[in-house]
Amino acid sequence: MNVIEMDGLRKEFTVRVRTGTLRREKRTVTAVDGVDLRVERGEMLGYIGPNGAGKSTTLKMLTGVLMPSAGRARVCGLRPVADRTRLALRIGVVFGQRSQLWWDLPLRDSFDLLRHVYRVPAGAHAARLARCRDLLDLDAFLDTPVRQLSLGQRMRGELTAALLHGPEVLFLDEPTIGLDVVSKQAVRGFLAELGRAGDTTLVLTTHDLADIERLCRRLVVVDHGRVVHDGSIAELHRRYGSRRMVVAELDTALPEPPVLPGAPVQRVEADGRRLVFALDRASVAEVVAGLAGLATLRDISIVEPDIEEVVARLYQSERKGPLLTPGV
Amino acid sequence: MAEVGGGALRAYRALLGAQARSQAAYRTSFVVDLVGNLGATVFDVVTVLVIFGVTRELGGFTLRETLVVVGLSSCGFAAADLLVGNVERLPRYVRTGLFDAVLVRPLAALPQLLLMDLPLRKVSRAVFGLAVLGFALASAGIDWTPGRVALAVVAPPAAVVFFASVFVTTATVSFYWVDSGELANSVTYGGRDFTSYPVTIYGGWFRALFAYGMGFAFVSYHPALALLGRADPLGLPAWVGWASPGVALVAAAVAVVAWRVGVRHYRSTGS
Repeated sequence: MNVIEMDGLRKEFTVRVRTGTLRREKRTVTAVDGVDLRVERGEMLGYIGPNGAGKSTTLKMLTGVLMPSAGRARVCGLRPVADRTRLALRIGVVFGQRSQLWWDLPLRDSFDLLRHVYRVPAGAHAARLARCRDLLDLDAFLDTPVRQLSLGQRMRGELTAALLHGPEVLFLDEPTIGLDVVSKQAVRGFLAELGRAGDTTLVLTTHDLADIERLCRRLVVVDHGRVVHDGSIAELHRRYGSRRMVVAELDTALPEPPVLPGAPVQRVEADGRRLVFALDRASVAEVVAGLAGLATLRDISIVEPDIEEVVARLYQSERKGPLLTPGV
Repeated sequence: MAEVGGGALRAYRALLGAQARSQAAYRTSFVVDLVGNLGATVFDVVTVLVIFGVTRELGGFTLRETLVVVGLSSCGFAAADLLVGNVERLPRYVRTGLFDAVLVRPLAALPQLLLMDLPLRKVSRAVFGLAVLGFALASAGIDWTPGRVALAVVAPPAAVVFFASVFVTTATVSFYWVDSGELANSVTYGGRDFTSYPVTIYGGWFRALFAYGMGFAFVSYHPALALLGRADPLGLPAWVGWASPGVALVAAAVAVVAWRVGVRHYRSTGS
């Protein structure tokens, strides 16, 4: 069953641009440009894209904050804007740069207030809070006013606040932005745990690809308001030709970089004693065999493709033109 | 449905309680604000007294009569300012993301915003406004009939609703035009000053616009005429004095529509 449906979803903003000392021109900016997407119950979907790609705008349209300019959106079978308050009972939202907590009150009070706001039975509320306290280590700062919390502590509080009413879908907009390594791990670990349970659908936008690698089987890449990739991370590598690398450490440098079929040399390092080959068509064994005839090998290592590099290349190719057909 | 409504009411009450506790975190500044706020309203009334120090009549009205107008105006404005005045902070709520946070909760956005930021320190103003009105009604020599008693009870809340509607309607302009604060202020605070005096002192298009175009004459001037049993020097029929609740309801309807349309035009901020 689809928990989220988007059909030709669009959002346009009119902005006024200064064109002279007094003259201003109206310009239409398309933040989301016809997105079609289906998300099934229990999926964990990662939404990535450069700044201004329309990630947050899409999330805001799905949560009822923004009215779409065109197209259709359904979340839990409801229309996000028209059924906003009913939908709010069934979704949880964490905006990394917005807070659901009461600044001047202890964290504990915010949770209690949200119980009233979402009309959660006391028992269910207590059980969910106990679980979050345990998994997110909240006890140390539960009685601290929110304004005194560190960003990492606050984010753990925000996550708890978004889950106390037992939402079917959890939307997270940049949940790890600005967090230190330890807090990032805590947040990711918690979300992974939540995803394993399988009854919460998770949609997260991020800049941090490690979030996606750790959490999401499905990856949606958007650029200029359009979906340019929808599939697994492995599919992304396959489609955009990202390659594994072989790093060969040699005893002595070769006079010039060797030419091996199907494995071009990418980099020469350490005065020619370290060579990096990209595996185009050749296998690791073929590279090793080819090298063995030329020099004495000291060490061989294989480097998996870096998703950041793939995505960077993806954006570049998008800019140059529709090199690839999206959605295949 | 009734159960849902009761749940929402409890939720709003919880929000109000949280706001009270948040403000209690800054107790000293709260007391200072309480007193400081009183000053502004007292000043409005003192202005009227000063004017009557140099003249016996203002636009054909005596001091005691004018005080009924002042009382209705300042009581209505102060209570509306207490309850919904902070809606003028809408651009700030948008900028800080509070507006987004409020929209993803299962409650109406406007009551949440107002309760989460209710300026309890403004209570002193509303109490003072009510005191002025009480004194004015007692000392103006009103010939009390059951109808006038009813009007004296209904007119102040109607004034509150009217001013509240003005606050909300003018604030919604900032959904389209963020720097609209000054324009909004000129209508709300201008309206308050306008309603503090009999409309007979104003002239021409200005009176036509504020008094009848925007309806400010129905807040304090016409109800005061009806309470005092005076005919309108400008010639409107006597029943107009009883129209203030109706006008307030129309204003409230305009405000609700303006707010709803505004929220649909809401653009949020980046990220």
